[in-house]
Parts: sequence; structure tokens; C-alpha cells
Amino acid sequence: MKIHEFQAKELMAARDIPVPRGEMVTTVADAVAAVAPLVEATGNPVVVVKSQIHAGGRGKGRFLEDPDLGGVNVVLDGIDGGLEAAKRKVGELAGRMLGNTLVTIQTGSAGKKVNRLYIEQGIDVERELYLSVLLDRASSKNVVMASTEGGTEIEEVAAETPEKILKAEIDPGLGLLDFQARQLAFGLGLEGVAFKNGVRFIKALAAAAVELDTDLIEINPLVVAKDGSVLALDGKMSFEANALYRHPEVQDMRDLSEENAAEIEASGYGLSFIKLDGTIGCMVNGAGLAMATMDIIKYVGGEPANFLDVGGGADKDQVTAAFKIITRDPNVKGIFINIFGGIMRCDTIAQGVVDAVSEVGLDMPLVVRLEGTNVSLGKQILDDSGLNILSATDIKDGALKILKATRS
Amino acid sequence: MSVLVDKSTKVMVQGMGKTGRFHTDKAIAYGTQMVAAVHPSRAGQTEIYEGETDHSGVPDRPDTYRVELPIYRTVREAAAASGATVSVVYVPPPFAADAIMEAADAGLELIVCITEGIPVTDMVQAKSYLATRQARLVGPNCPGVITPRQCKIGIMPGYIHEAGNVGVVSRSGTLTYEAVHQLTQVGLGQTTAIGIGGDPVNGTDFIDCLQMFNEDPATEGVIMIGEIGGAAEEEAADWIKQHMSKPVAGFIAGATAPPGKRMGHAGAIITGGKGTAADKIAALQAAGVAIAPTPTDMGATMAEAMSR
Repeated sequence: MKIHEFQAKELMAARDIPVPRGEMVTTVADAVAAVAPLVEATGNPVVVVKSQIHAGGRGKGRFLEDPDLGGVNVVLDGIDGGLEAAKRKVGELAGRMLGNTLVTIQTGSAGKKVNRLYIEQGIDVERELYLSVLLDRASSKNVVMASTEGGTEIEEVAAETPEKILKAEIDPGLGLLDFQARQLAFGLGLEGVAFKNGVRFIKALAAAAVELDTDLIEINPLVVAKDGSVLALDGKMSFEANALYRHPEVQDMRDLSEENAAEIEASGYGLSFIKLDGTIGCMVNGAGLAMATMDIIKYVGGEPANFLDVGGGADKDQVTAAFKIITRDPNVKGIFINIFGGIMRCDTIAQGVVDAVSEVGLDMPLVVRLEGTNVSLGKQILDDSGLNILSATDIKDGALKILKATRS
Repeated sequence: MSVLVDKSTKVMVQGMGKTGRFHTDKAIAYGTQMVAAVHPSRAGQTEIYEGETDHSGVPDRPDTYRVELPIYRTVREAAAASGATVSVVYVPPPFAADAIMEAADAGLELIVCITEGIPVTDMVQAKSYLATRQARLVGPNCPGVITPRQCKIGIMPGYIHEAGNVGVVSRSGTLTYEAVHQLTQVGLGQTTAIGIGGDPVNGTDFIDCLQMFNEDPATEGVIMIGEIGGAAEEEAADWIKQHMSKPVAGFIAGATAPPGKRMGHAGAIITGGKGTAADKIAALQAAGVAIAPTPTDMGATMAEAMSR
């Protein structure tokens, strides 16, 4: 689960991880009102107006409605023009950003609507660094990654100058040790006050990652200010779904407006659904088989419209919900159901499909491939239903049949 | 011969909820020696399982069975009283890692964890703990381990399997059933089928299984089924190139999966940008593995690799 930058900073601040002062706003008036207290508290006339969406690359992103405007804007007007000039500029920017659509490298061409802004104090930046905590699957441990190359995409650093990425494993019992934090801070070239602050920052971040069960915490850039303080200028946090049950305060931060409506609805029925751009809807039991079904649709020349895992069960309610979700996508021209009934019997699944089709009233081709326990009984139920259901003998046969049916 | 489990294997079960009881019954019907259960508050009771024998399992048994499974307070007590050396874990996600560690501490040889949805942090801790004990973990989030006609531990349908000479190792559940079903259809039985699970932190990996199959005299070929994410398949490819003396077939799911979903995008960095289906397939092919072009061709690809 992803959260916004302002929420990540809230969680960090509560764990003694230094972040710039800032305020989340949803209206132009609140954006303007946030300026004076910020400038007064920090003594810095510079403020930053940042779009809050669940996607990276906001700084380089551009608004669909306002192609010259980026997603993150530094307001310098206060330096010469004073507080009123800063407020005017923030108001103007907020008016152009709120309610408009930001397109970044991570949003896709449709972009994301900006409903929230974060008004943040300006920082006199001396250096930009990179810091993250994530799982290393090879060692089965969380690792802290640090780099002097802050502000750039870490994937580029990894590809071009991998020696500039420093790593330290977090011991599952002991946490990140002091000497490891020192090694990372030395490796980042920190000295004096900044070194002490950096060590403290790294240790606190590692502890927060473990405590909060994060998938990923990424601070890019982590900045060293002219006064030697070390702060998270940006902050990205995502959380591991399996552990959310023990973090109610994080669950409350979920912003459903940032997520795909169909995917949310599907999860409510115990379905795992991911929307894609093709024309053939898929309904499969098991994640591996679901991926393999998408692959074979592509292999025979079609394009899958979605990933959908109905899990081990696939009863009538689930199949009905899955039909409704799949057919709501106007691109979908046909549906391929691929079920390997192991413990679950094929006749039960077939009855579920027939009942669901009768209820939903499907008006597009449907191919069903059943295999496993009671398969002939299952096929009989499909054949006897009087419904327009094509039966397939194996996965490839099913993929070819649905492709042909959607093209005729 | 087989790997991990055979007809002499004695198994206990941790987690006596609906799922645990359902699959304990299926295992007993198949002929698995289920000898004990662990439940902290129901110790001293017995659980009765009776029904019709699954004749696709252990041969030469009566048509019905009746087993009184004794329940113990702890894994240690259950192991001491029953002689079980293997535990199958159906404990719900919040408590599953603890159950795994209890089984490891009790000195069991093998722990098969079926539970799906265990927090990663819990598994990171459990894995670190397991490094200090002898036990081997299979899973979590896996279908289990089966040696056809001898011992079925987990949630896989027994009847699709047949005894034979192919080792099966897979990260996926239903895709394993698909592969096993195809193998059986083309006349290739299985020595043992191992589901290693789909979680990012798991116990036994591809290399462990390949090594066991390589050393098992009855196994004449191995099929491995992987999917996108991580670098386990690439590491297995390196191992195969250096050590494997038997033909290997493979299938990798997820060639069409969109990037960035589920896999945190920084997650690929550590493993050097690996993780796509194309990379995995290329690495395995370079190691001489016969890759099935589609999931329909897994059985035929294995048969062809073994006839070369």
C-alpha cells in the first residue's frame, strides 16, 4: 500500500527522523494561509509547492492542462518581494495545480489528478544524497542502501556506477548496528555535525522500516543543509499488505482516490485483479496460472485485458463479481476462464459460471477451460446450460478459441 | 526412491482450523502417516478422521480408514510421543512464523508451511532463526510436498500425480498441478513434487531442490516452474550449468506482467536489474534448460528433454 509524501513525513517526524516543516492543503485559500506561519517559523522566505499523488517523477512531470508547469515548484518571490509576494505566487500556483492532471514517468499518459498540495519550507541545500530501506530477497534481510548520487533515479546509478551504491544488512534480531550507520555515513562523505546527524538519521530510518513493516522507504533526495542538518527532502513509503493488520494508523492513511476503482472492488471479493490494456478478459485460479494464461493469450497473438486470480475457491458470488468487473472495461471483447480444479471440483465451478452468466447476462464470447476433479461433469453442466459457452480442451486451445471468437 | 518424504515419513499438523482439518483428512485418505496434532488448548483430546480411502495414494489399503489423531500442547511433546519428524503448518498468518520456529526448535527435520500471507518481517526473523537449527523449511505460501503413492503433505490434489522418475519444483500452486497433470498424461510419473512457494522470503529454494533431485538415483529429469521477480531462477541457472547431470525442463510465468505492480520498483536494483521473464528464460536456456514456450507444453518439453 502506498501513501502520500506528506503522510510519510508525518510518520517520519513522529519517529525523530528530521523532515522540513510543511502543511498539506486542499484549497487555494489554505495554500496561501500556510505561507506566513512557515516563513515566520523558519525565517526562510522560500517555500515549495508540491503535488501530492501516488507516483514519482513529480518534479519533472508536467500538467496536462498547463504544459509549462511542473509538479513541484519552488517559490523564490519572497526573497525580494516579501511575504505578500510569496503568498501571491503560492496562490497562483495552487490555482493552476489543484484539480489538474499531472503526468509523470510513473503515471502513464493519462496522468493523475492533483487533489492535495504540500506547502513546505525551503531548505538551503548543500548536498543531495540517496537513502532507502528495502528487502534483499537474496539474503532474506532488509538492507539500507545509500548513495552520494541523490536526486537522480537510483536505477540509473545502479546500472552505470554500481560502486556508488553502499549497502548494509539489518540484522533481524539486533537491528542496524551503530558501526554500520557510521560506515554508511562515512561512505556518504559526511563530516562534523552533518556526520552525527547522518548517523542518527540512518539509524532512525532503519528502525522505522522494521517497526512499520514497510516494503520500501526511499529518501531521494536526503539533503545536507548549509547548517549541517540532515533532512528528508522527499519521502516515499510503501507498506507490505500482509502486515497492515498490525498498523491501524497506516491503514487510515490509505487514499482510495489514488487507486484503481476496479482493483479495490475486486479485493473486496477476495479477487486479485490488475487491469491491463488488452481486449481479452481472463479469470483464472492461482497467481502463477493466471500469469501463464496472460502469457499464452499474448503468445497466440491476442492481448490480455487483465490479471485476475479468483484464488482457490471460485464460487458463484466471486465469479459473478469477476464478470461484472471484467465487462465494465469497454475494451473487453471476450472472456477466457481457465480453472484447474484441484481440491475444488469442476462441477461446482461450472455451476458457479453458469449461475453467474445467467445473472449477469453476458453479451460477449466466453471460453471456459476446465481441468481436474470431475471435469467431465463440469463440461456437461456447461454444455447443458443452453448458454453460449465455448469449451476448451487445454489452455492453448482456449486461448486460440477466444482469440478467434473476438475477431469474428 | 524420492526426496524429502516417503512412505515411512511420520507427520504432525500445526494449525487445526477448518483448512488444517480438511487437508489432514485428505492426507490420511491418501495414505500419509499423520500421527499427531498440536493445539495449545485442546491437548489431551483426539480428533477422529474417517472416510473412504483415496486409492490414487498409497497402494494396497482397505477401502475405508479411521484414525484417532492425538493432540499435544507443544511440538516438542508431539514429536516425543509420536515420533513425527515432519510438521505441516496451517496456522493463520499472524502466528505462522512462531509455529515454524517452534517446530525448528523441537528438532524436526522438515517443516512444510502452507500458510499464505505471513508478514515479510516475520519471515525475515524466522529465516534468521532457522539458520541456527537443523530443520529444513518448505514454503510458506506453497502447495506442499508429495511423493506419489507414498506421502502427501499439503493441499495439492493427490490423484493427478503418478509415481515415476521426474522431480518437480515450483514457485506456483495451480501451475504445478498443471505441470504434474501434463507429465502424468505423457506417461511421466514423479519422484517428488515440491512447491517452494511464492513469497519473497522462503525456506528451501530451487537450488536446494535441484541438488536433492540430482543426488536422488530414482530421479532422471527435473522440471522447474518459476515466475517473475527476484533472481532465484537465474541463480538456479548458474547452479545447473555447473553441477546438474540430469536433463532439466522449465517454464517461467509472467512474460506479459506489467512492471512495477507488486514488485517495488527499487526491488530490482539489489539483484542487478534481474527479475523479468525474458532474463530468466535466457539464463536458463544458456544453462541448457529446455523451456516450454507455453504452459500447455510443459509435459511434452520434459518428455523431449529426457529422450535426448
